[in-house]
Amino acid sequence: MSRPIYVYLTHHDGTIDDSALEMISAASRIDPDISVTAVAFGFGDDLAAACRQAAQYYREVWKIEHEKLTHPDAEVIRRVLVRILPKGAIVLIPHEHFGMDLSPGLSILLETAYLSDVVDFEAAKDDRIRAVRQEYNGSVSTHVDCDLSNGAVINVRPGIFKKEEGQGVNGLVIDKTEETFKDWIPETRRRFLEIIKAEAGEVDITQSEILVSVGRGIQDQENLEIIFGLARAVGGDVSCSRPIVDAKWLPRERQVGNSGKTVKPKVYMALGISGSFQHIAGIKGNPFIVAINKNPQAPFFQIADVAVVADILDFLPRLTAKINETREKK
Amino acid sequence: MDILVCVKRVPDPAENEIRLNADGTDIERDNLVYSVNEWDNYAVEEAIRIRDRTGGSVTVVTVDNEEGDEVLRRELAMGADRAIHVQDKLFEGADGEGLARILKAEIEKGRYDLVFTGVQADAGSAQVGGMLAAMLDWPFASIVSHLEVLDEQKIRIHREVAGGNQEVYEMDLPGVLSIQTGINEPRYVPIRGILKASSLDIPIHKASDLGLTADTAGGSRARVKRQDYFLPVMGEGAEILKGTAEEIIERLIGLLKSKGGIR
Repeated sequence: MSRPIYVYLTHHDGTIDDSALEMISAASRIDPDISVTAVAFGFGDDLAAACRQAAQYYREVWKIEHEKLTHPDAEVIRRVLVRILPKGAIVLIPHEHFGMDLSPGLSILLETAYLSDVVDFEAAKDDRIRAVRQEYNGSVSTHVDCDLSNGAVINVRPGIFKKEEGQGVNGLVIDKTEETFKDWIPETRRRFLEIIKAEAGEVDITQSEILVSVGRGIQDQENLEIIFGLARAVGGDVSCSRPIVDAKWLPRERQVGNSGKTVKPKVYMALGISGSFQHIAGIKGNPFIVAINKNPQAPFFQIADVAVVADILDFLPRLTAKINETREKK
Repeated sequence: MDILVCVKRVPDPAENEIRLNADGTDIERDNLVYSVNEWDNYAVEEAIRIRDRTGGSVTVVTVDNEEGDEVLRRELAMGADRAIHVQDKLFEGADGEGLARILKAEIEKGRYDLVFTGVQADAGSAQVGGMLAAMLDWPFASIVSHLEVLDEQKIRIHREVAGGNQEVYEMDLPGVLSIQTGINEPRYVPIRGILKASSLDIPIHKASDLGLTADTAGGSRARVKRQDYFLPVMGEGAEILKGTAEEIIERLIGLLKSKGGIR
């Protein structure tokens, strides 16, 4: 049987997120014949604009407006979804900070199966679907079978599925606000207060053309001088992956990835970084990627242009010396 | 404040290269070095710091076979007051939901103000904490990067969101949080401490102790089942530079220059 598919519509400042278009492709992988409904939460002109834009791609857009939803709060939105979604539906949600907050609990309240961080689907058959996930930080993939007989909440990794390009659907925006908040006020035991913006630091890696990026392979804070030495030799800036920031060896403003900065250099050197999807998600603009890692199974080796299997602690000082030597000869 | 921290024993990402076994049914488990899941270690540290400031207790719990014992002893050595080992053959093959049901039953046997999990573990699902909160009807916050206790019934937390920004929330207790790495600097656990913890008594709770049966929390009722493992194909794959170190360096410098990677 075919099950209705709903997509949680991510939007910022009145514009829909790329994931809103990727989810359409993801949905068509589950069921190519089904019509997909976008569900949009928010407040005011921004929400109206996002809904209008979404209706160019979706046949149906549900609009749910509330002052409390000016900032998307998963604890409120989860309760709303439970009120308005039909039983047995499939719900697609981007797997990022919001989806991670919303979805596991939503699956429990809807009494459906939950699939987390899906990167691919094989078509659904007999109310089962086979999905592809990754484990161990992207080192290995798995096929996962999921029982859809009661519906499913599925978190889909952003940036993987192709963006739907078919504009001009001229879909319908349906205002569900009244139905949703009739005789009901969304009281939650978690209350949103404010956003604290990231501090600007000594270097803005989002503007760098050459990034010399370091990860766990550096092993010790004292070894960071190897990285700064290479950065000076090539005329680039030093960035890093999350474990380096967690260890407080470098400040957060140098972190590339979902929880750090999105960068768009011409050349990106991934040094001793395995390449979690959260990290890779922060690299845009299709740079030339060089990966150096002693583990050839590092996920970075799959997306890099060139790779070297080496321990960065041995290899980089020699590389830096050679670059400096070539320079002096000129 | 009485805090329960859910911990898991996983292959240590810093010590292992994860490979597939010969028939793709699992990762190669021979010679793997295991440790406590990195996120969980931050969660235990955070719980200990809160207890030291406000009083109360820290309990660590794991759902695992007998091997799980070592991570519980490590967390006791770190400063947890008590450990619980939930262990039953019935639980093998449980999915995230099954695991959350087991933990819910354990939580209802005690009295906790806060329950912590790590943001995620080796399978990267990031699901048990959120499911658990929904089952308990407690508030939940994921990816918590900062925590302040306001009073006996209220905390203020920061959640890590995109671009290095943080969302600030106030939350009523009891509640469930998934703790992000970097929230603190976990203390070093000396071998001597682990040896001392080796003589401590850790109760084992079985399915029957928690009132659970195969129908309520067994692996057989899992709606999500892993079928196999395989190597991911994400891009075309990098050209791997080969040769002597001199040759590789020569080639790499040439490539970097041509792509604008050396000014």
